[in-house]
Amino acid sequence: MKGDPTVDRLLRHLHGGDPRALARAITLVEDQQPEAAGLLAGLDQKRIEDVLVLGLTGPPGAGKSTLTGALITALRKQKYRVGIIAIDPSSPISGGALLGDRIRMMEHALDWEVVVRSMATRGRLGGLCASAGAAARIMAASGCRVVILETVGIGQSEMDIVRLADLTALVLAPGFGDDIQAMKAGILEVADLLVVNKADQPGAGKLQLEMATVFTDPKEREERICATVANEGTGVAILLDRIFTLEGEFRSNGQLHARRKRSFQLETLDWAVEIVKADLREKLKTTTFTSTEPRQAAMEMVSRSGECI
Amino acid sequence: MKYRVLIGKPGLDGHDRGAKFIARALRDAGFEVIYTGIRRTPAEIAAAAVQEDVAAVGLSSMSGAHLRLFPAVVDALAQAGADDIPVLGGGIIPAEDVETMRKAGIREIFTPGTPVDTIIAAFTEACKMQRDRENNEG
Repeated sequence: MKGDPTVDRLLRHLHGGDPRALARAITLVEDQQPEAAGLLAGLDQKRIEDVLVLGLTGPPGAGKSTLTGALITALRKQKYRVGIIAIDPSSPISGGALLGDRIRMMEHALDWEVVVRSMATRGRLGGLCASAGAAARIMAASGCRVVILETVGIGQSEMDIVRLADLTALVLAPGFGDDIQAMKAGILEVADLLVVNKADQPGAGKLQLEMATVFTDPKEREERICATVANEGTGVAILLDRIFTLEGEFRSNGQLHARRKRSFQLETLDWAVEIVKADLREKLKTTTFTSTEPRQAAMEMVSRSGECI
Repeated sequence: MKYRVLIGKPGLDGHDRGAKFIARALRDAGFEVIYTGIRRTPAEIAAAAVQEDVAAVGLSSMSGAHLRLFPAVVDALAQAGADDIPVLGGGIIPAEDVETMRKAGIREIFTPGTPVDTIIAAFTEACKMQRDRENNEG
């Protein structure tokens, strides 16, 4: 598909930072249009290497979007171009979605160096949408130094962000009670940074103490837990500082490289499964099974449709 | 294909019940709806429409400022290099203003009492035309 004049023009414009070309490119990828492959193959690889993909995740209402807004302000103070992918769930009934994360970032609405894209999960579980990785790479190619990937509000098991992002911050707030306890065996263990947002609210101190038990190394305890009041901007400069310090560490110790490699493999696997799934879904309609047990029936179907896999 | 639309409220009017109702109705009809919240400037709405690559923009006004604000959004879109994105509008709008608004580049105007199905159909049509046009242009 490379050499397609439309794709070439789009690539030229998006590499120049043109907002419309950039937005159009993300749509092409999101809608899985035929031009998408050529487009993604033509992206500036150096810029993709240099970008930091920062995952922000946490339960609904913890303040992810407000913190994203505050991080944008801090990043713009340092003159960085920044991309934001804000993901909200699609309705399982209509397939539609109401995407409202932008409301909390409107302060930056007229700054073209702040690229905000709202995306719907489109049926995908795990807190992300299928095209999030590609959208982040497109933003990187357009010159963004940092791309913030804000997941849907998560419960206990949505950990896809950790596999996709270079670095993940888990945003929590006091008042979620036992939910936090329950999360201990999940995302708490794998997030790089723990952010106690709404730190001016009652219960914040207790939450911070609870967070401290996650890390056994006192140095990590000090460096990996941050307290913020996102709507006032308190603690955000320190958080950003920690983020960049950690990025530096990850780049020099090979961790970032290893994460990108794993993320490539997992994204590839996801797409492979997506592709096979479509075939299998078609086959389901016409297959008659001898077994009434789903797992058995699945084995039958897969072995019969071996040629499609 | 999913249609992405933006619902915005320009100006100082804080009455967002209508905008939220339409946003929800469009969501239930399968649209992906970006909602900007209240009290946006025309330039903010245009910038959001460009970044989100929406196929149509819907505006709501309850305060009587539509004659000024809706055309201002059309102008702001043109300034942002997106004069092709269709703008639809609705709210407390007297029938005698409809023609003026159309002339100012608003594709459809929905006055009080318009059935929601009519509004959804108009958005579907506007989005379809916009996407077809883009695909032909490449």
